[in-house]
Amino acid sequence: MGKILLTEVALRDGSHVVGHQFTKEQVRYVVEQASKAGVPYIEVTHGDGLGGSSLQYGLSKEYDIDLVKAAVEVAGDSIISVLLLPGIGTIEDLKEAYQAGARMVRVATHVTEADVSKQHIETAKSMGMETIGFLMMSHSAPPEVVLEQAKLMESYGADAVYVTDSAGAMLLGDVQARISLLKEHLSVDIGFHAHNNLSLAVANSLAAIEAGANRIDGSVCCLGAGAGNTQTEVLVGVLDRMGIDTNIDLYRMLDLADYVRANILPAPQDITSGSFIMGYAGVYSSFLRHAVIASEKFGVDSRDILIELGKRNVVGGQEDTIIETAQQMAEKKVSV
Amino acid sequence: MKKLKVGIIGSGNIGTDLMKKVMRSELLHMSVVIGIDPDSDGLKKAKDAGVHTISNGIEGFLEHPELADVLFDATSAKAHTKHVELLEPLGKKIIDLTPAAIGPFVVPTVNLERHLNESVVNMITCGGQATIPVIHAIQQVQNVEYAEIVATIASKSAGPGTRANIDEFTQTTARAIEEVGGAKKGKAIIILNPAEPPMLMRDTVSCLLEEDVKEPDQMKTAIEQIVKDVNSYVPGYRLKIDPLIEGREVKVFLEVEGLGDYLPVYAGNLDIMTAAALKVGEIMAQQLQKKEVGI
Repeated sequence: MGKILLTEVALRDGSHVVGHQFTKEQVRYVVEQASKAGVPYIEVTHGDGLGGSSLQYGLSKEYDIDLVKAAVEVAGDSIISVLLLPGIGTIEDLKEAYQAGARMVRVATHVTEADVSKQHIETAKSMGMETIGFLMMSHSAPPEVVLEQAKLMESYGADAVYVTDSAGAMLLGDVQARISLLKEHLSVDIGFHAHNNLSLAVANSLAAIEAGANRIDGSVCCLGAGAGNTQTEVLVGVLDRMGIDTNIDLYRMLDLADYVRANILPAPQDITSGSFIMGYAGVYSSFLRHAVIASEKFGVDSRDILIELGKRNVVGGQEDTIIETAQQMAEKKVSV
Repeated sequence: MKKLKVGIIGSGNIGTDLMKKVMRSELLHMSVVIGIDPDSDGLKKAKDAGVHTISNGIEGFLEHPELADVLFDATSAKAHTKHVELLEPLGKKIIDLTPAAIGPFVVPTVNLERHLNESVVNMITCGGQATIPVIHAIQQVQNVEYAEIVATIASKSAGPGTRANIDEFTQTTARAIEEVGGAKKGKAIIILNPAEPPMLMRDTVSCLLEEDVKEPDQMKTAIEQIVKDVNSYVPGYRLKIDPLIEGREVKVFLEVEGLGDYLPVYAGNLDIMTAAALKVGEIMAQQLQKKEVGI
């Protein structure tokens, strides 16, 4: 088995956990340590990608691009990546990120909407960036559809396509089916991004590797939306035991995790009933914080809100629906 | 009363939906539909309805320029540029439904009166037509520092043009939120949702005011009034829940159901464009009549 390329996403997916309040100092520290540990790619962006700072998703403390600049200064041999969701961020944002020193971009769309990424993938490639297609909520489409959409991204020039389990809803077989089909039919790298809502992030990442993925996302100390992502330091240790090479220094990652736990993590990143329900109901992981806030505001159980959102087939980005759903549920409760 | 003769350039979904609306208008005469494909469903529908059709594009119309005084352009940004070059010298008025944005942005309830004498006006985007009236109404009550809109539409209602250039939507809408809506800073987000059955278009407006809302009731009334005004020309336009007002933040949740003329009802995003364009055409017709009788 070849080398596994790891992307550290704590400074992007973890942005949800801290309400998009990362400081330059925090970014610098984490990037410097992750780089020293040998992590090849480190993603730094608002949780919802470039331009994500908004009333809809939460305003950033620091301008995205300034955080990218801070990261690049201390990145050493690591490549700084940014996330871009067409419809939220634009090519203008991408160009700014490039100027700030980002050299990889992950262009993310809902799993059935890959064609909106064409202009962004093509532009990123023309600037010479390493360009990844990111199919969010991949659990919600059958493997054949994931393949068809991944092929589109490959045809636009993507260097790799990710199966992204945004809801943390996939079981091992779901991962295996999607990754192996992509591996069979695509010639580019295949990646996998997990959420730990069902306590399956590490296991699913291993299933993805076994099925042919060579790019895996991890977040140190599990810092990510919902119950977090695949815990980087744990994955690195497990892969080491399996004899799979990541070139990452385990002790340095463990030290960084301890630092993050003590200094950044606002509350223990375990599987709460809310984050479990998201995986169980197949709801976009970053909805959790918004559902908790709406639950307090309207006096409705956050678990009920999340299950209702699952029924309504909301996709990533529709945070406004959470308030509206909670308000409607509260009204119903009163009228009964 | 003499009706104003109008032509529609483009026999695709938008053009055909608009044709059905113009045919019901008491102020506009559906004179000619101009397409480039004689076998297109739109041109067939036009012919069946007894409307004059031209199937060799704008060149065909230039041979019969007397057929229309006002032209709706439902083609593409690129084609629109050419249409303006050819039609402007003939004194024709053009209502542009493409993202070209050559003429000034117009929203019927907000700024149309100011641009009635322009030869070309632009209809912005579906998200712009749905949200700018609300932002403007809020701005009339208290200064808006920042306005942000999130438009969520059914995947099936997003055509290849929108998909190939989604940045055009976010950037044009954001600019119009500032220029027409009056917010100091604007932002727009668009989300495509593939749920089946397809969802109706929804738009959420979030405004941050310079100061806390002074009179929440007055703010609410202003919002409800503008929704009623827009509803008069887009019948499926409505508030989804009551506006939420907290400190200096105002949130408005809107839904747009289409009339289902040519497009399915879930495509409220397309309906609001054709309905708003029709309204612009009708107001132009009223103004021209006034001029003719010398008021």
